[in-house]
Amino acid sequence: MSVDFWINVGVLAGIYGIFTLGLQLNAGFIGLLNFGQAGFMAIGAYAVGLLVVDFGWSLWLALLAGILLAVIGGLFVGISSLRLRSDHFAIATIAFAEIVRYVLQNAEFSGGNQGVLGYDEEWRTLSDWALAKLALIGLGDYTQLPLFIAVWLAFLVLLAVLIVLQGTPWGRVLRGIREDEDATAALGKNVFAYKLQSLAIAAALAAVAGFFVALNVTFLYPSVFDPTFTFFGYAMLVLGGFASYGGVVLGGILFWTLLEGTRLFDTALSAGQQASLRFIIVGFFLLLLSRLRPQGLLGNRAEMRVRP
Amino acid sequence: MAGSNEAGKADALQPHGAGTLRLSRPVLLLLVIVVLFAALVALYGFDATAQATVNGLVAGGYLGLGAIGLSLILGILKLVNFAHGDLLVAGAYFTILFGWLGLPLVVAMLFAMIATAALAVLTEKVVWQPLRQAGAGTLQLFLSAIGLALVLRFGIQFFAGSQVRTLGADIVSSITIGPIHLGTLQAVALVTGLVVMAVVGLALRFTGIGKEMRAFADNRALAEVSGINTRRIIDVTWAASGFLAALAGILYAVAIGSFNPNFGVTLLLSLFAATVLGGIGNAYGALIGGLVIGLSQEWSTLLLNARWKPAVGFALLILMLLLMPQGIFGKARRRS
Repeated sequence: MSVDFWINVGVLAGIYGIFTLGLQLNAGFIGLLNFGQAGFMAIGAYAVGLLVVDFGWSLWLALLAGILLAVIGGLFVGISSLRLRSDHFAIATIAFAEIVRYVLQNAEFSGGNQGVLGYDEEWRTLSDWALAKLALIGLGDYTQLPLFIAVWLAFLVLLAVLIVLQGTPWGRVLRGIREDEDATAALGKNVFAYKLQSLAIAAALAAVAGFFVALNVTFLYPSVFDPTFTFFGYAMLVLGGFASYGGVVLGGILFWTLLEGTRLFDTALSAGQQASLRFIIVGFFLLLLSRLRPQGLLGNRAEMRVRP
Repeated sequence: MAGSNEAGKADALQPHGAGTLRLSRPVLLLLVIVVLFAALVALYGFDATAQATVNGLVAGGYLGLGAIGLSLILGILKLVNFAHGDLLVAGAYFTILFGWLGLPLVVAMLFAMIATAALAVLTEKVVWQPLRQAGAGTLQLFLSAIGLALVLRFGIQFFAGSQVRTLGADIVSSITIGPIHLGTLQAVALVTGLVVMAVVGLALRFTGIGKEMRAFADNRALAEVSGINTRRIIDVTWAASGFLAALAGILYAVAIGSFNPNFGVTLLLSLFAATVLGGIGNAYGALIGGLVIGLSQEWSTLLLNARWKPAVGFALLILMLLLMPQGIFGKARRRS
């Protein structure tokens, strides 16, 4: 198919790459099973949409507010639930994400299933400007190219920041907590604070991803933020590699290429069956990877540890 | 912590204690339910409250039966089985399949329960047993469960489509007892749910295999030392879990009337709530937990719009995890 198709795949890989960086920071580096990432993404995206449409904020200011709100959400979830066992924490975070989605679906302020529309004017202006520039080098026909560039720029910058952070004493404490929480605490580190920071950063990353989702889908409705997308994030994570930020890039590209690539095959199946088949493939992926190569392609088996 | 044993001991030591009244958690739960019921009657009248209560018991039936398997598997194998909700769906869709093959509805239901039990055992053999033998960690188990859930749900959707379906029974007729209106099918679901709950409770209490399952969920190491056949118990638990999940799914399908393959995932968090409420690994607890969640959700419709019903389940789940992770009937956390 066309170049546009693959640009779109790239956009998705980038957006969910940013999303999965947060999961990597939580599950990969500190051993927190955060399954509520889609909820944080929804908070970020809806904050952007609603602040622009209902309150007339600038899109960029709304992005900052969305990140801030998602961080507050992360702190709220963390402060209330971090002391739970890891499996209970995972269930609590899923429940949180479902509550967020439910509220968005049913409350008055969010437009319910009709969604939020018309927040991306400023982005359109910027995008048209970028397209005019791209036209000079003969790439003006690809309308999604500016979004692709913006997403991947953000992805790579955030990736670089996280890799740098990982080399700092702060990053080493995170891994220390993953390996032995009690020993790290005995060294005088405030384990709870580190976990909370890790969760808050993940929520902020989810909000950035949510911002780009909002620009990509051009109107927001609750099922864009189904908890299934958190599972997609984990599929990317285990595919690329556990405790490896580079793995998120690889996992993102591979996962979305495989998932969207299935659209290219002409089959006798109905559209509904093809959609089902894509999810079945993701399911088998998770099953097989967990069984055959739990650390993922670039991961290190010795770094796979989640405390009970 | 303040389990019933401890409360009992405190009473024994101080038969005429210094006026401090300590109630065990189950008694407290009963009191809360009675008080809530009285408050709702006072606020909304007897008729509306009674109707919501009957609806709550219907929901409690399928939630309780659905939660038993989840709770036992979590207790015995330490496995958070995200695919459990999809076993409920499998039960409903197997019924449709066997009905389509020409079997009478009730026979189709029975076959569907057996087929789902076989499916649950199959997942144990193909997925869980190999993973355990490979020494899989928490995250691996989680992701496998999610993967299995996706395969089951969308496998069903692949063959049956995502459109709304019914079991093809008569959904129009209804019965009226005093102020309460109830669809005949809902009444059937209610009675079946409560009867099966009682039967399961008795079976767990008095049959050898039931005792072994409870012992196993309670303390696996001790049960193994006492000579209980591990592999057999695990297989039986999966079979029972699948059988009851299918029954719960069928009761849901009968009581609600129409459904699509997503109903399992919608119910899953309510099932988790029932499990945690009842104390993980405690089958009786799961039954009671299901009833409590069902009642809370239906009672909430008196106060809030009915569309918030599932959110009540989620909120209860989070509250239980935060305030009472060992559940109403669970024991204080054991160091293992």
